[in-house]
Amino acid sequence: MVQIKRLQEEGADIISVIGEIDASSSIELDLAIAKSVGEGFRKILVDCSALEYISSAGLGVFMSYIEEMKDKNIPLILFGMKEKVANTFHILGLADLLNISANKQDAKKLADELSV
Amino acid sequence: MNYQYNIGCSLANLKGIREFVRSSLKDQDVPEIEMSAIVLALDEMCSNLMIHAHHCNPEHMLELHIEIPRTGKFIFEIIDDGSVFDINEFHQPELDRLVNQKRKGGLGIRLVKAIMDDVEYLKRANKNVCRLTKVVKPE
Repeated sequence: MVQIKRLQEEGADIISVIGEIDASSSIELDLAIAKSVGEGFRKILVDCSALEYISSAGLGVFMSYIEEMKDKNIPLILFGMKEKVANTFHILGLADLLNISANKQDAKKLADELSV
Repeated sequence: MNYQYNIGCSLANLKGIREFVRSSLKDQDVPEIEMSAIVLALDEMCSNLMIHAHHCNPEHMLELHIEIPRTGKFIFEIIDDGSVFDINEFHQPELDRLVNQKRKGGLGIRLVKAIMDDVEYLKRANKNVCRLTKVVKPE
């Protein structure tokens, strides 16, 4: 239901989330972020351009990392969200608590700014 | 027009629930953003019931009913015979608190309450009926 790919660009770990994240598949997102942190990446970008759906289980994964990333000074940035997916983040005001960029270029720029 | 879908309480079946809701509403001129929100609310309610009232036992069944109105007031019913999980009685901690506590849960009920106009519980033929109401203005 969800496919997760990781690739590294200019020192950032880019996690691509493809498909749908619900209560049955959110663990995969959680494991991918945990792995990225565990491997010592200092910038983590999440490519949401092929994310078609997210439920509260997926939102909860992102929410649970907000404090940890702040403590460790690791920018976690989501980018490329479709409007219908972005709306789910906005309904609860979660979009204000996360770093969300329009595209990869902006996400990298924001990651650089936040890393200083 | 009414639609009905019966499904076992396995989280793997949530995708089928989303497809059922979407296909039932596809000819109703529901704007895409509203459609996605309704699909999300039904997913959240069903996954809550599957997890908390049925412990993801695939032999336990949920019945979904969708009543397509002429007036724009859509009625969604989820019928089961598990324990009642009334989201109106659920205490919602502040979002900041969930973030501070690094919690993953607690968002689904907020979403449902934010999306739906009304959530009520009733008994029918000895079963629990969770009725969600949503008024949709056509595109």
